[in-house]
Amino acid sequence: MSTISLSERHRLEKKYPDVFRPNLLQRWGLLIGLGAALLYLTFCWFFFSVGPALQNGKWDRAAIYVQDWYSWRAQPRLRFEGGAVVPQWSSRGQYADGATIDWLTPHADGSMTATFGNEADRLEIATTAVDVYVDGVVWPIAITANAALAPAGAPPAIEQDGAKVLVDYGFAGQAEIRNNQVVVQRRFLGWANFLYDPASPLWGNDLLSSIGLAFSGDRVDPARANAHLILDEWLGNRAWQHADILAKLMQTLVMAFVGTLLATLVAFPLAFIAARSITPNRTANWMMKRSFDFLRSIDMLIWALFFTRGFGPGPIPGIAAIFFTDTGALGKVYAEALENVDDKQREGIQSVGASPAAVNRFGVVPQVLPVFVSQSLYFWESNTRSATVIGAVGAGGIGLKLLEAMGTNSDWDKVAYMVLLILGVVFLFDNLSNAIRSRLIGPAAH
Amino acid sequence: MTDIAPTSGLSAASQTLLRHYRSQVLTRRVYSIIGVVLVLVALGAAMNYANAANSGKFFDRIPYMFDFLKNFVPEDPFEIVRAMFDIESPYYDGSLKFDYTSDRVYVTESLYIPNFIYQLIVTVNIAIVSTIIGGGLAFILCFFAATNLVGAGPLRFVVRRIMEIMRAFPEIVIAGLLTAVLSIGPIAAIAAISFHTIGALGKLFFEVVENADMKPEEGLRSVGATWLERVRFGIVPQVMPNFVSYALLRTEINVRASTIIGAVGGGGIGEVFRLSIGRDHAAKTYAIVILLLITIVCIDQFSGWLRYKLVGKQSFELGRGAA
Repeated sequence: MSTISLSERHRLEKKYPDVFRPNLLQRWGLLIGLGAALLYLTFCWFFFSVGPALQNGKWDRAAIYVQDWYSWRAQPRLRFEGGAVVPQWSSRGQYADGATIDWLTPHADGSMTATFGNEADRLEIATTAVDVYVDGVVWPIAITANAALAPAGAPPAIEQDGAKVLVDYGFAGQAEIRNNQVVVQRRFLGWANFLYDPASPLWGNDLLSSIGLAFSGDRVDPARANAHLILDEWLGNRAWQHADILAKLMQTLVMAFVGTLLATLVAFPLAFIAARSITPNRTANWMMKRSFDFLRSIDMLIWALFFTRGFGPGPIPGIAAIFFTDTGALGKVYAEALENVDDKQREGIQSVGASPAAVNRFGVVPQVLPVFVSQSLYFWESNTRSATVIGAVGAGGIGLKLLEAMGTNSDWDKVAYMVLLILGVVFLFDNLSNAIRSRLIGPAAH
Repeated sequence: MTDIAPTSGLSAASQTLLRHYRSQVLTRRVYSIIGVVLVLVALGAAMNYANAANSGKFFDRIPYMFDFLKNFVPEDPFEIVRAMFDIESPYYDGSLKFDYTSDRVYVTESLYIPNFIYQLIVTVNIAIVSTIIGGGLAFILCFFAATNLVGAGPLRFVVRRIMEIMRAFPEIVIAGLLTAVLSIGPIAAIAAISFHTIGALGKLFFEVVENADMKPEEGLRSVGATWLERVRFGIVPQVMPNFVSYALLRTEINVRASTIIGAVGGGGIGEVFRLSIGRDHAAKTYAIVILLLITIVCIDQFSGWLRYKLVGKQSFELGRGAA
């Protein structure tokens, strides 16, 4: 660019003055916009007090929550009872009764060994003292009547916190040693018990052995075929609640499907009344259009809350909310499409003396039908997403389930599972609706 | 339509043609009828399923549908105005239901912003901030997703998939995770909505870029401009009006989204709304509904007017995933 001579440059500047001297807005518009946006964001930083909120955030918790998405924590309490160490499991049954656990071995004298990943990182737990091994070096923790005390010079992984001692093994887990119990958290990659819960007769089977079991082998339960049993046990998994989650997902899909379809069926005839070119009565046009505006401008959230009070939580309030808002939105879009139709075809039908119904049926509908269907498909697609969100404010479906799982603050693996399900379903429906649309109106039209 | 032309008096070739036409019309009709019947059956089954899964059955609950509205009347119509502008209520009995004055946000000693209007300002600001953040990132990303700028490469594939995931990811999960970390507040809502906005606007943006006229870009290429310069001076000026128009449309949608996210723990008017409807505070609820309606209509009108100025009528064609 720098190879142009000075005289040539002057000549060009004289010839195209408006290119070289654009007005202020053209020249600096992008920068001015950027500056204004930055200024506004700075204002909002203080308005929402983002700084203090970020500082007060419990970020260590965030790390744990995110790890919970793809990994699983076993968290027994090892209680000191009558000279022996007794494990006590949390309510979400993590191991079957009497199962041998490879990282938690009891010994004959009542003590217990908990390993974290490898032999060098382990806890030797006795009721009188706990030996903590970090990278193969032993650090004895003294247990007194009212406290657990870490030795002097302990590494940063071992930390004295009031009357208890915290041991951190990174991802593998952590332990909290108190004077009467040791709370162990042992973390493993993957979702434990995803197929069967510990109370199930099939517990311990992985996917491959389940498939093998379905096609061969003796019946585990003499009353049922193996394939039947596998399905029942998987759906009835008490820890993961597959049956419930899938039913809630189905409700969400039904909400979007029925809501959009009903809205289409109702908006279709009403749009003919709202369209000026079809119905000559101005009052009717105006009334219809204002009703569409009314239905549309009340938010889906408000409709959902209203109908939830009427029908109780479940898919019906969701359907009704989507139906009401979408009748307004689709009605408006349809009416606009009707006002843009080519009048020649209507005139043609009118000229052979057809009734008004026939004029609309053969002169208008064939023109607008592809547009109508493709708009409805767009709304269907986007409603599959919105149905998850309005579910969370009380209208049933997987949104409510998501909110419940997040509320417990320990079921983040279940949240991840549901998110994956939702993502899968949304992609599936995107592609389905794209495929139908391109069949109907040809790939060029969108 | 099939009996428009009588078959007699036609040549053999024309008769074959007509027969062929009729059989095709028949096939098409049969397919259409099968399609309609299938959709209706699916509709019936789905409605039946929804009814069975609902906690109150549809036909049992219909007579009680308006009970909620019937019981949900404020003490007198002015109570709504009082709730809206935080004016002391004559019904005040120490309960939460009539404590309008306690939530005033004071600017100076005597001048205050009514609570609901303040919450509304918070909600609208959440929407604008999220649109700026999300739109800004989508602006940067979209050039890497357009076929005409990066060719068919793995980069484009990755960027597009990332956008798709961002679009489809349930917003309440991000909001819920951040609420658990940062406690209830607008930051969770901003993050959740920005995340979604990147995906939604990114898609619209790169489609605009792909439809851009490549001649200016070619001109710049011919004088040896770098990729960045070509994008900045060849593409950006062309697509900017459309970008701004889409961003305005997104602001409208985000106002609604921030209300909903607010209701599940993101602060702002959604939070107040959920509480007031949950506690059966009629006057407060009506005040919020009216305020929400006014705001949404105002923002729709304003952004519609601005979009019309920027790109004209074409920005009002719905669809293309704008919703």
